Amino acid sequence: MTRRRTSRWRLGCVGLLALLMMAVIVTGTIALWPRSLPESQSLPADPSPVTFAPLRPAAAFATIADRKARSVALFTEAGRVIQHPRCVNCHPRTDRPTQTDAMRPHRPLVTRGTDGGGVATLRCSTCHHDANFTPSGVPGNPKWKLAPVEMAWQGKTLGQICRQILDPARAHMTRAQLLHHMTQDELVGWAWRPGGERTPAPGTQAQFGALIAAWLDTGGQCPA
Amino acid sequence: MPYSLSVNGQVHDVEDDGQTPLLWVLRDTLKLTGTKYGCGIAQCGACTVHVDGQPMRSCTLPLEAVASAQIVTIEAVEGVEARAIQDAWVARDVPQCGFCQSGQVMSAIAMLRAIPAPTDGDIDIAMSGNLCRCATYNRIRAAIHDAAAAVGASKS
Repeated sequence: MTRRRTSRWRLGCVGLLALLMMAVIVTGTIALWPRSLPESQSLPADPSPVTFAPLRPAAAFATIADRKARSVALFTEAGRVIQHPRCVNCHPRTDRPTQTDAMRPHRPLVTRGTDGGGVATLRCSTCHHDANFTPSGVPGNPKWKLAPVEMAWQGKTLGQICRQILDPARAHMTRAQLLHHMTQDELVGWAWRPGGERTPAPGTQAQFGALIAAWLDTGGQCPA
Repeated sequence: MPYSLSVNGQVHDVEDDGQTPLLWVLRDTLKLTGTKYGCGIAQCGACTVHVDGQPMRSCTLPLEAVASAQIVTIEAVEGVEARAIQDAWVARDVPQCGFCQSGQVMSAIAMLRAIPAPTDGDIDIAMSGNLCRCATYNRIRAAIHDAAAAVGASKS
């Protein structure tokens, strides 16, 4: 009986050790190979809002012969801005503003304080500064604060809001000041330049101002 | 663009984009890593520092807006309120994981300076912008009351 000798590739202890050493060296080289760390980069400029809703121009209402009806129609169109979340979020009926298009309560919890700019220990300026800040997505304006509680718009009909803004005791404005506020105020103007992914108010501030001016010129009539 | 930034009483020459968040400059450039990055969107308060004495979220503060301001971070905040808060924090063993605590401490110090004897309501409003995932809120509130009492005793 003959024993068949099979030829096998044998690996001795020295060979195993050498393999192990090579594996350690390769792994270590890969792990310790110098590589540059990611560096901070400038973010692109504040992107323009992507969705614009048009606003009918004041001239489009000239065909309404009845002056009172024209006035109401003008204010109703302007009401699309007035009742937009960009405006109403800062006209809350409580001491707490709302935010987003869903108008949910502001996070974190903040309250208006004595001047509308937050309590002394948690001012709006803790987070909101002079301009929208793209890296954090936090909006900003030099005049960032809430409207007085007498000017609360949330939960009110357009007619109630209309009568409220014409009442100097609650609006703290004459009609001339009201027109200036609507057409020139930079904080009101923020509603058309909200930054980030926030939906801007319909139209432009100039179109809105023209609607308000025409509404006042036609007697400042209010919807029911 | 070059900026001269006053942080913790020392002026630093910083070369960066004016829109860079202050938090980036503090941590990456000045290596003041006590101020933490939590959310980056001004929702958690972990990055709170004092800017001209006011608590502010450094993640949403552009460098160009603080170029002439006095900035104080957790590394150098001091004064009777700061010591009282620190002592109370240790005595109450406030932190758990500790990540949010530098922001909590900076907000608490600023609040004590504004309201020496705060009520629970004052504390809740002032600290509402500082989140703690470990939910140490009750101990934070208790420690602030302790600190207020200590500050009051030291001044009487």
